[in-house]
Amino acid sequence: MATTLKVRPDQAVRDNRLRHLSWGKIAAFMVLALISVTWIVPFLWMLATSLKTAQDLVGTNFWPTHASLEPYRSAFFDFDRLQLWLRWTFNTVVITLTAVVGKVISTALVAYSFARLRWRGRDTVFAMVLGTMMIPGVVTMIPSFIVFSKLPAFGFQGSQNWINTFLPLTVPAFTGDAFFIFLMRQQMRGIPMELSEAAKIDGASEFRVWWNIIVPLVKPVMGVIAIFTFQAAWEDFMGPLLYLQSEAKYTLQLGLRQFEAAAGGLPAWNELMAASLIVMIPVLVVFLMFQRYFIEGVQISGGVKG
Amino acid sequence: MSIAIERSTGAQPKPLLRPRVKEELKGWLFASPWIIGFLLFTAAPMLFSIYASFTEYNITTAPRWIGLGNYRELFQDPYFYTGLLNTFWMVIVKTPLVIVIAIGLALLLAMDLPGGRFFRTVFYLPNVLAGVAAVFLWKWILAPDGLLNRALGLIGIHNGPGWFSDPAWTKPGLVVMGMWWIGGSVLIYLAGLKNIPQELYEAGSLDGAVGWSKFRYITLPMLSPTIFFQVVTGIIGTFQIFTTAFIISGSDPFFAGQSLLFYVLYLYYRAFGKLGPAGFQMGFASAMAWILFLIIMAFTVFQLRLSKRWVYYEDEGR
Repeated sequence: MATTLKVRPDQAVRDNRLRHLSWGKIAAFMVLALISVTWIVPFLWMLATSLKTAQDLVGTNFWPTHASLEPYRSAFFDFDRLQLWLRWTFNTVVITLTAVVGKVISTALVAYSFARLRWRGRDTVFAMVLGTMMIPGVVTMIPSFIVFSKLPAFGFQGSQNWINTFLPLTVPAFTGDAFFIFLMRQQMRGIPMELSEAAKIDGASEFRVWWNIIVPLVKPVMGVIAIFTFQAAWEDFMGPLLYLQSEAKYTLQLGLRQFEAAAGGLPAWNELMAASLIVMIPVLVVFLMFQRYFIEGVQISGGVKG
Repeated sequence: MSIAIERSTGAQPKPLLRPRVKEELKGWLFASPWIIGFLLFTAAPMLFSIYASFTEYNITTAPRWIGLGNYRELFQDPYFYTGLLNTFWMVIVKTPLVIVIAIGLALLLAMDLPGGRFFRTVFYLPNVLAGVAAVFLWKWILAPDGLLNRALGLIGIHNGPGWFSDPAWTKPGLVVMGMWWIGGSVLIYLAGLKNIPQELYEAGSLDGAVGWSKFRYITLPMLSPTIFFQVVTGIIGTFQIFTTAFIISGSDPFFAGQSLLFYVLYLYYRAFGKLGPAGFQMGFASAMAWILFLIIMAFTVFQLRLSKRWVYYEDEGR
């Protein structure tokens, strides 16, 4: 935190900020700094715990007396668990990537229709899109389960219906998402109509116009949609819980819970923290790489909805 | 497709209709992913579940019509009320806490202090970690010998509460834990604060407004649409609490004296036959889902009514 306080002479803005320092601002800064530390401590605690030996765990020290990777080894390698962990990782990656691709493409297609094509019933359908945002997710949970249990899978992943396959977790992603469609439509409406018309005069088909002209211009929004979908799919627990039954088809979230349950709900905390940390890392990395998109995304959505 | 368009731009006036029909078709075609998805994954299931809620239905055999049977059973079911009360508890305690703390933090961030971007990032960080791993982390922090009770020991409270074992403390535990995820709200309030025109404060200063009165008569009214939106979505979210409670309770409905048996958990246990009669109970669960839908709608409509008294919209005039 000390680094953020350092004043470099070339930074006129910061200099200006500091010149207007008052006791109130210093107090506010202290409060923010204190809360930030509180916010970060859980992560450090997780890391510290995951590096502790069993004896170290009962002690009162925050950090391990001597860091050990043993909890990682036993969490991932004991009882031939590695096979399962790799399987779960593979499943999660497949489901997550499919969901991301599906949602980005379908949202861009549907939003294009609402933003740049004229057809009868368009505004009614768009109102319905907005209306679906009002439906709480749990209301469709059981009904969807019933439908998926009736849809034929023709032996895909060894199942006659969609239950116990990846289909309920991936196929719906290809039908867009109400809020993302809304967000994307707003962006597409901002693009001058002349661009499309010029291309059409040159003989481009509608699909070409969409793909070659519009899509490149909305890449930032597609990025926002991609990272939020990635996060939601990677961390989804309820969906896999409802639809995946055999252990070999589990995602990491279900697997992590399975890992805890296998220890009779009384896991060794160091091992559980080691496993949890590894499961968290991909999302953490994506966040640190694209934090600007995340934060802007939240503020856009808050601003638009509010 | 392009050929048809070129031809239509030609001299003949007659085929004018064709490109219009074409445009109509293209419109439906581009929107079809959503339309198909809506019919298949939203409309059909919801309509069917209205019907299912009046039947006894275990998926494998055909639904058996029992009229209002499920609803009658529901209203005599003690677990239904347990779930409802636990859920109401969370809504009533958590919602105001989140509003006050989130606005407080947003006000601090809006002061534009050095390190503001860093603080913003830190507060938002937990929001990207919504999965099981983060719940386990908090289960450990709130364990009897976990980090929080150790910290309490440092300030002289040696017998910290049994957060996730004592029925009286499980829900407060969830609330404490929930505060870690407040960053999303903070960012939205921050955006709301930044949208308040600076002139209002300048005009306020001319009229002699200081600190509290600026907040009370400028900030709060201008922020009220954001607050309203946050309250409505926050309440809807809290009504659907599932994963955290499911993980903390180890999917045991009777965990800590049923103090974490929330509405949706009970719905899940009944739907999949983990509580009550064995086998899928899709009819009963459908009835529960629709009752919850009505409760959430009632809350939202009530909020909308109430909002006319306290939410200020600029375009309505003063």
